[in-house]
Amino acid sequence: MKITKEQVAHVAKLARLRLDDAAVELYTGQLGDILEYMDTLNSLDIKEVAATSHAISIINAFREDEVKSSMPVKRALSNAPQSEDGSFIVPKVIG
Amino acid sequence: MDLYSLTIHEAHELLKKREISSVELASAVFDRIGQVDDKVCAYLTPAKDRAMADAGAADELIRRGEMRPLTGIPLAIKDILCTEGIRTTCGSKILEDFIPPYSSTVAKKLADAHAVIAGKTNLDEFAMGSSTEHSAFMPTHNPWDLTRIPGGSSGGSAAAVAADECIGAIGTDTGGSIRQPCSHCGAVGLKPTYGRVSRFGLVAFASSLDQIGPITKDVTDCALLMNEICGHDPMDSTSVSRSVPDYTEALRPGLQGLVVGIPKEYRAEGMDEDVTEAVTAAIKVIEGLGARCKEVSLPHTQYALATYYLIAPAEASSNLARYDGVKYGFRDNTADDLTQMYQNTRSNGFGPEVQRRIIIGTYALSAGYYEAYYGKASQVRTLIIEDFKRTFETCDVLLSPVTPTPAFKLGEKLDDPLAMYLSDIFTLPANLAGIPGLSVPCGFSKQGLPIGLQILGKHFDEEKLIRVAYNFEQATDYHTRRPRL
Repeated sequence: MKITKEQVAHVAKLARLRLDDAAVELYTGQLGDILEYMDTLNSLDIKEVAATSHAISIINAFREDEVKSSMPVKRALSNAPQSEDGSFIVPKVIG
Repeated sequence: MDLYSLTIHEAHELLKKREISSVELASAVFDRIGQVDDKVCAYLTPAKDRAMADAGAADELIRRGEMRPLTGIPLAIKDILCTEGIRTTCGSKILEDFIPPYSSTVAKKLADAHAVIAGKTNLDEFAMGSSTEHSAFMPTHNPWDLTRIPGGSSGGSAAAVAADECIGAIGTDTGGSIRQPCSHCGAVGLKPTYGRVSRFGLVAFASSLDQIGPITKDVTDCALLMNEICGHDPMDSTSVSRSVPDYTEALRPGLQGLVVGIPKEYRAEGMDEDVTEAVTAAIKVIEGLGARCKEVSLPHTQYALATYYLIAPAEASSNLARYDGVKYGFRDNTADDLTQMYQNTRSNGFGPEVQRRIIIGTYALSAGYYEAYYGKASQVRTLIIEDFKRTFETCDVLLSPVTPTPAFKLGEKLDDPLAMYLSDIFTLPANLAGIPGLSVPCGFSKQGLPIGLQILGKHFDEEKLIRVAYNFEQATDYHTRRPRL
């Protein structure tokens, strides 16, 4: 399957990446090659094969629901680009 | 004697006998960093002041007779494990000034063992790469030939060990990122079974594949570090509740009765002759030590690369969604609405390889393509796991090269991502299957570049890998050679 420039631009938008025309061009070529390689998987008959998302069999890792201390707000905010009154500041969302 | 060239167990003996102090040892390591790191570029953040204070505290414990195997030993940590109070960049501009408010479980365990953290080592941005050239800050150079890559993504840790810029180190391995650089730098590296080591505080790349492990100068040190970092952690629900053996008990002579499989698919086209020769000779040595070798088949090996490069970017694209300029890290302040702020922050904060993988991963997970790519890859993953399961019914371990070629030149594969991905062809099946894999030095190319032997085992059978590697190491002298810097 070949990927088009429009698809790359669309996927970049979904991933919240801004690509200029040169980057779209470059990635379209490179991703085309990579995805063509991925098509080797099409030669396998896998209709009956179950999918794996986790290589080690763990079924539900439960723990007691106990109240424990957590990181103080001030510390959690210590790396925030902008914060005030215990909150993260972001650019205006609603105009 | 140059103290910086000691192994962990050698340094431990000298510290115990009080022939040296931890402060002397740490000073020697920092002198060495001062002498060679402008050439090697292994460290992003050396942490000298703090390390010297920790060394002083370790000396006090040693004086009081409270000593454990890592007490007072200077170790380097890949800069993708959070270390409270020490900058943790992940090799990315987006975390250039990030000072974690907490430590990863592994960093905490090392601190509890009174090891001395010498600093944080370079890596491909968010561990995505095979050469350490994708670091946003600088490439690391191979200590054996400064014009070549050290491998990646734990290139800084492997180079620091090879160049004696630390006594031992910690790396992470998502598709070969411990084993491949160890092979290229002549160090010993172990990727433990998925779930053996807690990933809490390890900045996530591909959560179903990532694992933390030791990078050391010899196999004994590998066992010593494993003893400290393994174990269940309530903070990581994927870590496995299973007791941790004393891995040093695997350091015993003899391989009698061991059945070793040689996978016939692990011979790539265009494989370097020197690698083939060194690995063939290593298999003979292991046979000579009492193991029985036989050819085995892992028929789905040829699909592992495509499977991996769909699953890993898919997981990465969702893990890296958290870098949005809000909670921590870099924020672009030129935007006047939130969506623009996200886009500007991520486009200016991430390097090209990370953006490439986010785009592949987002594409593989997007509506209309999920089944064809991510879904299919997850199914093929099952077939790869079954290959290993079947093989381990009749074999204790598998032997193969770590990489098809010795270290390549800096810049050689930078413009061809697919060629770069192909250098992981022998290492990434182990991550897909969650099995442990070890790289041990097994020779040198005609140009004097290190070559590694990969030993793979079944889930939670790290002891067998250590036993094979230890016996091989005792029978050879590759691990004693050091690069001239």
